[in-house]
Amino acid sequence: MSRVLEIKSVVKRYWNPRSKRWEVILDRISFDVEAGEFIALVGPSGSGKTRLLNLVGGFESQNEGEVLIEGQRIGGPDRNRGIVTQQYSLFPNLTVLDNVAFGLDLEEFTLLNRWTRFLRYREARKGHRKRAMEYLEQVRLDTHAHKHPHQLSGGMRQRVAIAQALIMKPKVLMMDEPFGALDPEAREELQAAMIQTHEKERNTIVFVTHDLEEAAYLATRVLVLMPDKAALARGEGGHARIARDVRTPDRPRKDRRDDPEYWKLVKTIRTTLSA
Amino acid sequence: MGWPLRLALGILPFVAVVGWYSYGSYQGHAENPKYKILPNLSQFREGLKQIFQERKHLRDGKEVKYTWFAVDTIASLKRIGMALGITIGISVALGLFMGAFTIVDAFSSPLVRTMGKIPPMALLPLIFVLLGAMEDTTKVAIMVIGTLPVLTQDVYLKVQEVPRESIQKAFTLGASTLEVTVRVILAQAWPRILDSVRLMLGPLWALLIVSESIAATQGLGYRIYLQQRQINMNVIIPYVLWITILAIAMDQAIKLWIRWRHPWALER
Repeated sequence: MSRVLEIKSVVKRYWNPRSKRWEVILDRISFDVEAGEFIALVGPSGSGKTRLLNLVGGFESQNEGEVLIEGQRIGGPDRNRGIVTQQYSLFPNLTVLDNVAFGLDLEEFTLLNRWTRFLRYREARKGHRKRAMEYLEQVRLDTHAHKHPHQLSGGMRQRVAIAQALIMKPKVLMMDEPFGALDPEAREELQAAMIQTHEKERNTIVFVTHDLEEAAYLATRVLVLMPDKAALARGEGGHARIARDVRTPDRPRKDRRDDPEYWKLVKTIRTTLSA
Repeated sequence: MGWPLRLALGILPFVAVVGWYSYGSYQGHAENPKYKILPNLSQFREGLKQIFQERKHLRDGKEVKYTWFAVDTIASLKRIGMALGITIGISVALGLFMGAFTIVDAFSSPLVRTMGKIPPMALLPLIFVLLGAMEDTTKVAIMVIGTLPVLTQDVYLKVQEVPRESIQKAFTLGASTLEVTVRVILAQAWPRILDSVRLMLGPLWALLIVSESIAATQGLGYRIYLQQRQINMNVIIPYVLWITILAIAMDQAIKLWIRWRHPWALER
């Protein structure tokens, strides 16, 4: 397997205006992600999970260390890294179909040449919508294609957001607590859909979650990010590090919850977090 | 609260105003049959006759027919339309780039904020000196100067309300900075900007009426000020009602446009 994402001794500091000092959030974080891996990133609130995801996305830059995608340094956000967040994942002004096709439209036509090459754009647009419809069929939302996001339930919206990100075939798909705001039923449904998608397409996924059972159920590998409590008490920031890097049981995920190894893993992560 | 009661309560203040007016007019006319402050129906009929009376004047040797109502309405709507177009165009462009780019914000915000604090009427002498007493330009300039800073700041705030996640998402889908600015930020902020424009219509009309009171030859505000000299309230009151109708119509037109073109914005 090839290495898709490399995080090398990454340090992230931020200026705390209250204490008037620089605080370290992430302290020399290092890990690699192979192609097709499903990484779950867990940790207590404020441990820097989302901050780490922002570094991978290129939305922020690290103070030290390197973040590499297929050996190349990250400059800023681009279409190689897709993202699905808990909220505001979709563009409210576009229909479901246009949301999914948004990236495809951008890929071929800039803001200007969609007018200068209007006829070609119109033809290409039809093709983009056809492809978007195929992705919507996969997430069973093709019948809702012409609705706006506000007309969908939370679970449906997240399914559209996943289709919107996956259609671009990003090298890494980042998911920041995507199911955090859903009710248990919708959450389970989306977890099953996520497993199905990953098993079929083998996308490389970095998934941030609070839910340890979800992490152990979905991921092929779980990384536990833990802040240094002593440093926190001294007001020096979380100094978070990878406290544990574990592989999940090697058996079909739909059967995982019946596996004692799965529950043992959940317990191990919980123990690490409460240490 | 049921709708009949709500409707009745809504109508009640209007009934009270009409009642108060009728009583005042009756009392005034009982004391003085030529009382002009609160005209009665026959005086209104006379006033409306004047407003819609066909008049003639010579233009380039040709006789042109006109009514006060038509020339004043067209002149005022033309001015307010021009001012609205210029204000929206500049403030959307400026507010959008101020909200989206820190460098534009740092460069423009102090000026826009300072301009917003200057009462536009205080600039009248300066505007007249710079632009002269031109029929339309001066009036449009007064309206633009009076509303532009406020609308720009409003657009800036609306732009900042667009969720950061939405912007990040667009970048990860391959959008350029310009595409994010136009297709994500402006597209999402636009219905809210239109709401701000609706609120801006009140001050815009006020500035129009004031600006038409100076060095004008036609316009709704011009006619009101002209008739005020003879206390012709039977002309002034219909004009005020007509301005109110036009203002409500413009406001409702924008509201309906938002409902028709951007229904998603009402659900947020």
